[in-house]
Amino acid sequence: MLNYIIRRILYTIPIAIGVSLVVFALVHLAPGDPLSAVVGEVDQKMLAEMRASFGYDKPLPVQYLIWLGSALTGDMGYSLRTGVPVFKTLIDAATNTITIGVAAALLGFIVGVTAGMLAGYNHGAWLDKAVSSATITGVSIPPYWLAILVVIVFSVQLGWLPSMGAGTPTSTWSWDAWKHMILPVIALAAIPCAIVARTARACVMEILSQEFVEALRARGLSERRILLHVSRNALPTVLAVMGLQFAHLLGGSILVETVFSWPGTGYLLNLAIFDRDIPVLQGTILLLALFFVSINLVIDILQTWADPRISRG
Amino acid sequence: MKTKRLGLILVCLGAAGALASGAAWAQSKPLRVGMTLSDIPTTSGQPNGGFEGYRMTGYTLYDALINWKLDDAQGPSTLVPGLATEWKIDDKDTTKWIFKLRKGVKFHDGSEFNADAVVWNLDKLFKKDAPQHDARQTAQAAGRILSLKSWRKVDDHTIELTTHAPDSTFPYQTTYVFYSSPAQWEKLGRDWNKFSQQPSGTGPFRLEKLVARERAELVRNSNYWDAKRVARSQRVILLPIPEATTRASALLSGQVDFIEAPPPDFIPRLKSQGFQITSNVYPHIWPYFMSFREDSPWRDLRVRKAVNLAIDRDGIIKLLGGFGAPAAGAVDKSSPWFGKPAFDIKYDPAGAKKLLAEAGYSDAKPLTLKVMVSPSGSGQMLPRPMNEYIQQNLKAVGINLELVTQDWEVLRNCRRAGAGSPICQGVHGINNSSATVDPFSAFGRIYSSKAIAPKGFNYMHYSDPKVDAMVETSNNTFDEKKRDQLLGELHAYLVNQAVDVWVVHDVGPRALSSRVRGWVQVKHWFQDLAPVYVAD
Repeated sequence: MLNYIIRRILYTIPIAIGVSLVVFALVHLAPGDPLSAVVGEVDQKMLAEMRASFGYDKPLPVQYLIWLGSALTGDMGYSLRTGVPVFKTLIDAATNTITIGVAAALLGFIVGVTAGMLAGYNHGAWLDKAVSSATITGVSIPPYWLAILVVIVFSVQLGWLPSMGAGTPTSTWSWDAWKHMILPVIALAAIPCAIVARTARACVMEILSQEFVEALRARGLSERRILLHVSRNALPTVLAVMGLQFAHLLGGSILVETVFSWPGTGYLLNLAIFDRDIPVLQGTILLLALFFVSINLVIDILQTWADPRISRG
Repeated sequence: MKTKRLGLILVCLGAAGALASGAAWAQSKPLRVGMTLSDIPTTSGQPNGGFEGYRMTGYTLYDALINWKLDDAQGPSTLVPGLATEWKIDDKDTTKWIFKLRKGVKFHDGSEFNADAVVWNLDKLFKKDAPQHDARQTAQAAGRILSLKSWRKVDDHTIELTTHAPDSTFPYQTTYVFYSSPAQWEKLGRDWNKFSQQPSGTGPFRLEKLVARERAELVRNSNYWDAKRVARSQRVILLPIPEATTRASALLSGQVDFIEAPPPDFIPRLKSQGFQITSNVYPHIWPYFMSFREDSPWRDLRVRKAVNLAIDRDGIIKLLGGFGAPAAGAVDKSSPWFGKPAFDIKYDPAGAKKLLAEAGYSDAKPLTLKVMVSPSGSGQMLPRPMNEYIQQNLKAVGINLELVTQDWEVLRNCRRAGAGSPICQGVHGINNSSATVDPFSAFGRIYSSKAIAPKGFNYMHYSDPKVDAMVETSNNTFDEKKRDQLLGELHAYLVNQAVDVWVVHDVGPRALSSRVRGWVQVKHWFQDLAPVYVAD
């Protein structure tokens, strides 16, 4: 087990270097000038001078090494647009995304697992049909459309909740903070909830049809104990799906965060793309990529813990 | 004992005063503004974010030597004294301008504005070895005051600015340079990043709070030097909401009081719910700038006129929900520089077909034009449907218009590099909206052969000695009326030559809560937030 974990951690190093290289190349291969979005109406001569003063006149490999060297020490440069250190910008945005990501995960997973397991256990009953219909709807609705819909209903029509922004909360636990989170969390939670519910339902149905369940019943175990056994067997698959969904949630949703002007990483990425704020763009993509690499690592380890056969493979 | 009692009474009076002022504060509602920008424009002096930046954190926190008159919705905005009370050209040397500075003006930190502050700020922008030099601010200002060559303090309240060549339009260029407090910069450890959090200018508002990408809170500068322009609102909150639907929803749900550019399909609903909708034509043009290089079909005057006549501008304005004005040239007909062009730009498809036939184009040999367009961008309005509409209009007269869609920055780079450069990908023209605020931005930088890209902004490679001479003459004419007349003649000539495809002028729609008062939408990119407030 320990060897497996060490091996998996070592694998992430070349992946991280590869990711940083791809991130840098992608950002710089895009047509256009790295400074064009942040400078005003200046001519080519002035633009060349500005490029030199920001270090964008150096060959790309040199720029990459300088950037990577600084990034390793936590210095990701400054936003071309705001002058704020990229690291601080990223931390602020990631905190906001994690806040609604965790809340959406809690909401989506609790509702999804409960509904999915009950549906699977009551296969064919009205509850199963209702959950199946709801989950098909859930995975089919584009989250940005749902976001616009909940804004129209709860903000514009009913006036219950704010339609955008994170407000100016005095503390994380203030009502002002909570009420700004509710609609983005609902919009974000819909898809993970539906996917987890469908996965849980399918797993439970499959496991219930296996012979060992009949054997457990034959031994006289209560239905509650049987459900516990079924849950334990369904766990690795559901956990893997939840992990991926959780990673997606924490990675931030460009569309949902943009609809709500929620100041998270998705919104930041969107702004950085349109503003062509290269240091922020590079930093955000790198952070998100490394985050996904780490999440996959954690999921692999958790799966190994839940099903030791995986590490032996 | 008596002293103690007196002290107690004074404390009580002080507390009562504080409570009373607190109550007054509470009665004054903040004005919450939903901007189209994705971020708060920079606050250290020269704002980024184009002219919206100038509107939001430029003319609110700062002043220029010469400001714009922003209180009359009827006529075109004109120049008014700002931090300078008067300015004049040196009779003996027409490259030298003398500016008399306003006395008694204080920065928000209490330090004095004087000639030293002007020199310090110009050094900040243009003297690379100055300790206060800030490349980011230079990037915003440098292209807007190109004529400035040098500057010198004459005395504490007089400054001399020298231009590279005689330029009567120079006063307009000074409206783009704002003055930050040297004392505040020193106090904050000579750090522009810290300064942007606690800026100090001379404007009617001072910045109280800045959260990047989220909000900026401006509060009234009660000591503002212009008593007529002291802010009516105690507090203005600027919120970046780039998504148009989100902006409109925020207004409808009462999260903001004022939004810029409401989406056209929301406007009927906003109107029906009692929101105020305002608009006014301003110095903006939505054109196609076309290539005049050797291989371009645009060199034929008949083709240029035909394309201008083939476009149904009223149809496009209908598409915009009525929020646009048909263009009959680079500037609007109400501009003092419109002149009297003989070529009447109107919708005349039959006339267009005739001209195309004369130019040798037919169904068998159709004209094909390739134009680079962007899906979005500052001043681009609704580029996709507008361009597709034009594509249909041109098709109807036998012109194949190929739209090459590139992102906004690629388009801007193409404009800087000029027609025929590799980044332009073989297009004949670009759809890049343009500001025509002052004579230089409207004419000199676009049509003078001296400004041919990449040196300047003449993307088209347009070169006409007559136009060059007219630009030169107007630059050398220091009598304002006479200069305006010359600019009118220049504009009429450009229209007669159908140099560009001029389509529409934006009218900058805004939507306001019914409680918002004092808003006057002038014919300008810049607007004044100082008189605007939310009624209790």
